[in-house]
This record gives sequence, C-alpha cells and structure tokens, in this order.
Amino acid sequence: MKEQDLRNLIEDVRDGRMSRRSFVRRMMAVGLTAPMAGMMLHHSGVAFAADVRTEYKPTKAGGGGPLKLLFWQAPTLINPHFATGTKDQEGSRIFYEPLAAWDNDGNLMPILAAEIPSKENGGLSADGTQVTWKLKQGVKWHDGKPFTADDVVFNFEYVTNPATAAITGGSYKDMKVEKVNDFAIKIIFAKPTPFWADAFVATVGMIIPKHLFKDFVGDKSRDAPTNLSPIGTGPYKFVEFKPGDLLRGERNPDYHMPNRPFFDTIEMKGGGDAVSAARAVLQTGEYDFGWNMQVEDEILKRLETGGKGRIDLVYGGNVEFIQLNATDPNTEVDGEKSSVKTKHPAFSDPAVRKALNLLIDRNSVQQFIYGRTGKPTANILNGPDQFVSKANKIEFDVAKAEKLLEDAGWKKGADGIRAKDGYKLKFVYQTSINAPRQKTQAIIKQAAQKVGIDMEIKSVSASVFFSSDVANPDTYPHFYADMQMFTFNMTQPDPAVFMLQYVSWEIATKENKWQGRNVIRWKNDEYDNLYKSSQNELDPVKRAAAFIKMNDLVVANYVLPLLHRAQSTAINSKLKAPQSGWDNNLWLLSDWFREA
Amino acid sequence: MGAFLIRRFLIAIPSLLGISLILFIVLAMAPGDPFGELASNPNVPPEVRMALRAKFGLDDPILLRYVRWVMAMAQGDWGFSFASRVNVDDLILQRVPTTLLVIGSSQILALTIAIPVGILAAIRPYSIFDQIANTLAFVGFSLPTFFTGLLFILLFSIKLDWLPFVYQANVPGTGLTWVWGHIKQAIMPVCVLGFFQAASYTRYVRSAVLDVARLDYVTTARAKGLSEKVVTVRHVARNALIPVVTLVALQMPAVFGGAIVTEQIFRVPGIGSLLISAMLANDTPVIMAVTFVFACLVVLFNLIADLLYGWLDPRISFG
Repeated sequence: MKEQDLRNLIEDVRDGRMSRRSFVRRMMAVGLTAPMAGMMLHHSGVAFAADVRTEYKPTKAGGGGPLKLLFWQAPTLINPHFATGTKDQEGSRIFYEPLAAWDNDGNLMPILAAEIPSKENGGLSADGTQVTWKLKQGVKWHDGKPFTADDVVFNFEYVTNPATAAITGGSYKDMKVEKVNDFAIKIIFAKPTPFWADAFVATVGMIIPKHLFKDFVGDKSRDAPTNLSPIGTGPYKFVEFKPGDLLRGERNPDYHMPNRPFFDTIEMKGGGDAVSAARAVLQTGEYDFGWNMQVEDEILKRLETGGKGRIDLVYGGNVEFIQLNATDPNTEVDGEKSSVKTKHPAFSDPAVRKALNLLIDRNSVQQFIYGRTGKPTANILNGPDQFVSKANKIEFDVAKAEKLLEDAGWKKGADGIRAKDGYKLKFVYQTSINAPRQKTQAIIKQAAQKVGIDMEIKSVSASVFFSSDVANPDTYPHFYADMQMFTFNMTQPDPAVFMLQYVSWEIATKENKWQGRNVIRWKNDEYDNLYKSSQNELDPVKRAAAFIKMNDLVVANYVLPLLHRAQSTAINSKLKAPQSGWDNNLWLLSDWFREA
Repeated sequence: MGAFLIRRFLIAIPSLLGISLILFIVLAMAPGDPFGELASNPNVPPEVRMALRAKFGLDDPILLRYVRWVMAMAQGDWGFSFASRVNVDDLILQRVPTTLLVIGSSQILALTIAIPVGILAAIRPYSIFDQIANTLAFVGFSLPTFFTGLLFILLFSIKLDWLPFVYQANVPGTGLTWVWGHIKQAIMPVCVLGFFQAASYTRYVRSAVLDVARLDYVTTARAKGLSEKVVTVRHVARNALIPVVTLVALQMPAVFGGAIVTEQIFRVPGIGSLLISAMLANDTPVIMAVTFVFACLVVLFNLIADLLYGWLDPRISFG
C-alpha cells in the first residue's frame, strides 16, 4: 500500500466516510496489527473509539454469582513481572491493572489512566520523545491505600533493576520515567519513539503497589510476600492461591469503574488437558471459560453442538511459518554448524526458494488441519491492518515449481532427486512435536517429492525445541536443519519487536550463545536500514509503509508464511467476555457479565 | 530391635543419597530448561534469560549444584520452585492432604471390597461366586485407570450429568453442602483407583486364605466342633491377613505413583499432578523433592513391613 493511499484512507475515517473498524480491517489485510492501525488513526488526530465498554449492561456491581475459569495450564506465580507464560500473566491480570489496554480493533483503552495521551490533550510531545500519562484519581489498592504516580514510577525502577530479572524489562529500556505530580507521570525517551504505548500498557504494564514491594527490589524480589498474595487495583480481590492448581478472588467493592464487577467470586482452576477443558465448558457447562483451546477444530465443533458454549476466535498477529536456513547446516566452521561464514548451497539460489513456496498447499493445510483456527497467509505481518502487505499472493502450483527448478539447472538424477553441481535437493525439515504440525510436514513433503525434492522430516519435543538450552543442538535457535516450522507469537500490536527476528545484528551464533533472534541468519542491508529508520519514524504512515516493505523483503527470501493463527477460547453461551487478539484473555475482566 | 532399627537407618542413608545423585544427574542432563518459554517470547531480552539462569545457578557445573542441593536439604531447606518461586516444602504440603484423602479413601474402599470377597471366594473355591469374583478381578486389573477414568467421565458426567469431573481442593459452602460437595467430586477418582486396587487385592486375599485353610490347625478347630463362621473369622482370616497387611504396606509408594494418572484425568491437585507439571516445566527443585519423598516412602514402608512381620509372626526375630 502506498503512502498516499494510506493518507486518503485516514482522511476517509476522519470525515466519517469509512468506519474505524473497516479501516482497521483494511490495514490488517496488508499486514499491520490492529493496535498499530489504531495508533495510526490516533496519530493523525482521529480519536480512539471506546465501543467495547458500552456493551456492559448490568446496572449494579455484584450479584452475578461465581465466575469459573478453567486453564489447562494453571498459573504458577502471580507477579506480572515474573510471569513465565501467558497463564501467569492471566492470573496476575485478575488483580493487577495497567494504565491502558488494547481492544481487538487496536484501540488503546484507558484503565488506570484518566485519558489516552494524544497531541491534542498535550500528552504527546511534538518531537516524539515525551509522553505524559494522566492517572485516574480516587483509585484504591485492595488494602485501601491510594494509587498514585509514585506507584507507577516505582514500577519502572522495579523492572529496570537488572537484579530483579523482570521479564517485562524489555519494554522499559532506553527511557526515563518522572513524576509530574501525584496523578501524572512523564516518560522521556532517548530518541523519538513512535510506539510509545508499550511501557505501562497491557500485559507488560500491570502496576504493582510501591508500598508493598519497595523493600523487595533486586536480589530480594523473590521474598516479597505479595508475590503470592497480590494486592492490586483490579475488579477482584485476592482470596487464595495454590500454585499450579487454584486461584480464587472475590468482588472488590471499591472498584474504580461504576457497576463493576458483576461476579461475586472468581475462580481459576488449572490442570488436565485442552480437550477435557473444552468439554467442561462446551459440553457439561461445569465451567464458564476455557483458556487456549489448542484442540483440532473437528472436535471443538462436535462439542459445540450441545449449545452450552461457543468457541471465540480472535486474530492477533500469531503466525505459523517455515524458515529456510540461509547458512549451511551440514558444514562445520570453527565447531559451529549453520555458521554465518557459510551459505546454504541450495537456498542461496532464489529459484529453489520460490519453488518451495509454490509447493506449500496452504489452503489444504488450513482446510484439513487447522479449520476455523487459522487462515492461509502469504505475509509474516498479519496485523494490525495498517502493516499488512497486499503485494503477496498465495499460490500452489507444482508444475510451475518444477519448471523453475528445471530452468535453474537442477536436474533429476537416477534416484529421482534433483541435483546441481553435485548438491542434491535433500532437506531436513524440523518442527516441534504437535499433531497439526506433523500433518503439515507430511503434506509439504508429499508435494516436494513430486518435483524431485527429498525431505527428511524431524520432530523435536516442544520442551527442547523451544528452549534456550545452549548445549542442545535441537533447539530452534541453533537451527541445525535446512528448514524449520513454528509459530511466532506477536505479543504487541506494534511490529517493531516482532520484526527484530530478521535484522542482521540479532543473528544467533555460537558467540552470543544463540541468544539472538535472527535464527535464519539472513543478512540484508535494505531490511536493516528500513528497520533502523522505522525505529525513529514518527509519521505513522511512513512507518507502516516501512514495515510493509520489510515484510515483503522477508517473504521474498527465506521465510515462507503458512497460517495466520487465531487464539481460541471456549466461552459459556450466556457469558459476555470481550476478547482481544492484542492483549490477555482477561484484559477487560471488569466488564464480563452473564446475560439473564 | 533397637540395633536393628539403627542398622536399617544407616543403610537407608547411602541408598537415599545414591538415589538422589542419580536423579539429579539425569535431570541435569535432560534437555530443556525452566525458562524455555521465555525464549520464544520476543519481548523478553536475552539478558534477562541469562540473568535468571545465573541467578538460579543453572549455569554451574552439575556436581556443584548437587552438593549445594544436598547441603541445603540436610539443613531442611528444600529449595524453591523455579516456576512459581514458592518454597518446595510449602508446595508439597499444600498437595499432601488431597493426596492422602483420595488415596486413603481409595485404599479403604479397595480393602473393604477385597477382604470379604476374597475370603468368601476362597472358602468355596470354584463355586459360582468364586468364578464371578475371579472374572471381575481379572477384568479390573487389566483395565488401566486412564481408561476406566474416561469411561466414568463419559457415563456419569456427560451422559447422566450426575457428578462433576473437575476436582477442587476447596469446595464452596459450609456444613452438609460442603461435605456432600467433597464426596460428590471424590466418588469418581476414588472408585477408579479403589476398584483397580481391589481387583489385585482380591486375588491376593483369596490365595492367602486358600493356603491357610488347608493347614492342620484349621482342621483341628473344625474337629473341636467350632462353627464354620468362627473358624473362618478367628482362625483362617486372621492368619491369612498377615501377608496381606505386608502387601498393602509395600504397595503404598506404588499407589502414590499410580495415582499420577488418575490425578491428571480428574484434575485432582495431589502430589502426582504436581510432579507431572514440574516435569513439563523442567522445574528441577520440585521434581527432586517429590521423587525424593517417593524414595523415602519406599524405604520407610519397607522398614514398616519388616517390623510388621516380626510383630505378627513371633518366629521372625531381628537378631
């Protein structure tokens, strides 16, 4: 999408010729995340919409009885800054709140903030280096102490202390946070920062109380009693926690939103597996909400027939893709396979990469394996809308792939496998153990066989594949194979962190203990420069155009996108529980209610 | 007796140390690490992961980590869980009551079925009752608990909608509703485990009673004109139960292990499910502690069984 087209679209929204939602959809179709699209409108002076909250019907707080959530992976700790997975973030979100949250259309919604900063209200400086958040007044912690700017500033100090080893630390780098007055704070960035809505927002932004954590910073962070019995500002107060099993809360009578929350108690039960969790919500109705339904769509459809519950699907930016190794996994240089000093003998030929892309039957993979829970895609950036490229098409054409290889000089040998200069098209294709993934591998292997490419399928236990174990060669950052497939979760509506996967300074090597994000070890100066410029580009339209260009560069080279994957949850038919693809499942827990 | 106990305890220490060393090395060499999930989260900078590894001592040599663990354990410090940062002993103590409740009830259920059925089957061998009991016992221990568990769920929770299939350590309400809530949710897991155990115990009781029933003193008792009931209860059953008691004692650790599967199916928050989730999360301190508790149980129950032998049968001495 050209810059001018984007500007015209934004004007259409401003003048009311186009709805916000359809703008966001358009942008997602070209590869942006919804929050990015929202931010784009916001930057251009179009105010955020707050339509989700208006759907809340109860006229008084309480009276809703118990709310029962079933998480097949239960929370093991309830300090949002230590969370080792979404389960822990969700558990924390019952009690703690951020300044603002992301709705499914990429709108920023104030939670503990009085308003969303904008240029109009003076919250954003013109040079993009300062953000002033005004805080909501009259908010109380569950122990009755007032919530103030001191708490917010303390959170910044807490997570940026290296000894605390807070996993949210990455969102608070390169900035300073100052108290303006009791109910306002100012963030000062080292450089102009277009995506300013990261710190203190959504999953990474949950605020913990200073008065209870101030003595437990750094090395002492594990000893804080409040790590296990949280005192927050959220709609429910803490009652009981058994790690890995049960988390209970009760209605906070002093909650800062009127008529909320609806339920008298909340319970988050853990354990078991996804299928039986789906059953407890959809078939027996024992529970109201089931988290992360990683179950084949066929089974979900069958369980849904009873009418007790429904599957709710939201599309964030999670994408399943195949990576091609830019380096040679079969040659060892200085004790390191897939060294940056080598080049992949086959994939360095663009014809082979293009042929492989043509051999992936994305529609069949979606139709027969993922069902409603995925959409075929040709892009790596699938949302929010404003970042989604329209240049790439899905194509499955075996004959065309064959011709490409033939023309590039890859000739079939006696064994039916194509080769050139003595190198045979024999690839090791690895992924984690997971039924849909192994089925996908089989579909792709079959198509490749037809044109004379031999694929050896390898499946690695997920706990190994996704680990950061330096000593194990089977992890995905080592990438000691020719191809590998997995899903990358885009946890923020802004693609900046997500797109770090392909910049050259993030290449994972033995030297950096494979901690870099760029595991395909692809180096492209154009991509690097686009990325660098996007980091300080304040004009959202230009920035979006840069991300779209980066997406196009990646997918034209070493990454073959497969599916845009939905997050699916099981929800009781009568329960109203707004979901967002850009935030936690419990991002708007305060507004959940049951219809009579 | 005292010397025997001391000797046994002294033998137990090196074997427990050996067990723990092997466990620790296997765990340390097993692939995966507790912060794996952080690796695929693009928002977590690598420095944080490295800092966490360093903070929890994961980068130190295995032997050094083991020595540290043993020293701490000797001082009663069980360490803390990497996943939840809660002390391991708290974590285990939280789970023990549920495990004891479910396993204890299932053992009582198993024995109340197995003892009368086994005795009745043995006093009239090859009768219709004996054959039915035998058949059921064979079926019972051939069906794994994960299968019967699913069958129960399909029948009682989904088809009939009588019982909940998610077990909760805390049942809301007080008084009778609270008691009834606990009983209702425990019925399925207790029955699944209890029937499985009852099946093997029945076979055992039957053969023990058959052995005893042929002995001379039973014939003598009958010849004195005692009624059949008195002979069975006073003379046969009492002596036949000696090996059964030992069997039950020795089975206890195995039952803790066997309950892992049942606990997973019904989401019973017992020690077994704690072990499973710790393994999935590569949470070494928790795995070490739970398996170590199992090892101690095996040693302890072996000792108890030996002592019971001596107490029940004075011919065995502890010289």
